[in-house]
Amino acid sequence: MKHLLSTQDLSARNALRLLDTAEEMAAVGEREIKKLPALRGRTVVNLFFEDSTRTRISFEAAAKRLSADVINFAAKGSSVSKGESLKDTAQTLEAMSADAVVIRHPASGAPARLAASGWIDAAVVNAGDGTHEHPTQALLDAFTLRRHWARIAGNPSAGTTLVGMKVLIVGDVLHSRVARSNVWLLTTLGAEVLLAGPPTLLPVGVGSWPCTVFYNLDDALAQRPDAVMMLRLQAERMNAAFFPSTREYSRRWGFDDGRLALLDTMGLDDTVIMHPGPMNRGLEISSAAADSPRSTVLAQVRNGVSVRMAALYLLLSGDPQDDDDHSDDRPHQDDPFATTPEGRTP
Amino acid sequence: MTVPASESGIHKRVVLAEADIDRALTRIAHEILEANKGPRDLVLLGIPRRGFPLAQRLAQKIAAVDPSVDPDLITGQLDVTMYRDDLRRHPTRSPLATQLPPSGIDDKVVVLVDDVLYSGRTIRAGLDALADLGRPRAVRLAVLVDRGHRELPIRADHVGKNLPTSSLERVRVHLAEIDLIGGSAVDEVVIEDRT
Repeated sequence: MKHLLSTQDLSARNALRLLDTAEEMAAVGEREIKKLPALRGRTVVNLFFEDSTRTRISFEAAAKRLSADVINFAAKGSSVSKGESLKDTAQTLEAMSADAVVIRHPASGAPARLAASGWIDAAVVNAGDGTHEHPTQALLDAFTLRRHWARIAGNPSAGTTLVGMKVLIVGDVLHSRVARSNVWLLTTLGAEVLLAGPPTLLPVGVGSWPCTVFYNLDDALAQRPDAVMMLRLQAERMNAAFFPSTREYSRRWGFDDGRLALLDTMGLDDTVIMHPGPMNRGLEISSAAADSPRSTVLAQVRNGVSVRMAALYLLLSGDPQDDDDHSDDRPHQDDPFATTPEGRTP
Repeated sequence: MTVPASESGIHKRVVLAEADIDRALTRIAHEILEANKGPRDLVLLGIPRRGFPLAQRLAQKIAAVDPSVDPDLITGQLDVTMYRDDLRRHPTRSPLATQLPPSGIDDKVVVLVDDVLYSGRTIRAGLDALADLGRPRAVRLAVLVDRGHRELPIRADHVGKNLPTSSLERVRVHLAEIDLIGGSAVDEVVIEDRT
């Protein structure tokens, strides 16, 4: 792996390697000294052209725990507001010898452009681009789901996949890069993905995605999902009338107190409620649901640091001349996908 | 004991067989107990991958000598991947688990256990990793094979066998817990000579 741009082209092998590495990174987060020397002397630039709290802080904490130097760059207050292009910004970073660039950009495909353009040598990590992908969010969701799945099965989480798990993603799929990244990654890891949302907030071509689509939340919940992921209603990206009123949206698509009680009546004791944050409490998720023991919202934030440490470590630590993951002298043991064709190059 | 290898150009020589490994570990277990004047405060930390089963076997032998010892409570695994000084020179290594015994390592006598002592760089990384986990009273080193060619001022306290080798040779330790050769689990130390 040279870059982490999307989960669509992430092989099952690499996805599992990221999650297993994150498992070890999580153990570091529980120690008294939460620091590893692996990326000493390397520079990670957080290049944020869009607002973000948790993703930027999470990447910063991850890089610092690996002893890398961190430079934070926000478009506000920089030369970008004077009209500097992405290319010139990138070349400035190259001149400052950045080893990794974590980029969030309102334009879909900006990280891929940065990685493919030859403007910089640094590893590029996509921290959210437009309505395209947000791979580290999907990885931390998968990590959270995998821990939950392994815990109820009584297995250690390292090495396990999500085979047999049913994950329901609800809400504004159209504007959500989190939903896209999750659909690809969770499917790659073996989970069954269900989508539910109003037709106006589902993208054209959703029928070709590897998932089942529901136009009624209660029908989708009747499928007895193991996890329900509520998406944030992205008001800042909505420039048309997608639904009549927020009140109606909340009634039909929000995870409210009634649906929380429904999980109990259905006997779904192990179903968790996820949200990538920031939450619109009372809109797509009720406070009772967000604060219930089923909610994994805070675990997701905590796991974000571990997953991002794993991503930065795997992208930056090896010999830059040698991209061949397969020559690792300690190969991935018990590769659960070793016998399946997907994710393996012959 | 020279066995011609199936692959051309590689000669394999078994230098320690199963019984030799077992005898060496029994001796090291007694040496550890003797040097520590009993099992008090002992913690055995194996360096993955083959150091860990060796640490488990040593703990079993210590428990056989002193029945008050629970082998599981004094054994752990110490991953040194993130502390290596050659991360940039090799393809990316995946870190492995670090598991400390429930008593922790503060004020304990930690015995690092590894299969082969060569340049000493792994042990250097192990000492750094230990410093981030706690403050042992003393740190000792036990290895199954010392093959020389040290690049750092590091020395083992307990050695199973000193093997003078050429740096062109490779020393491979196979342990039944990890290695399957031809479908069967084997215990052996092999020198591979690439000429």
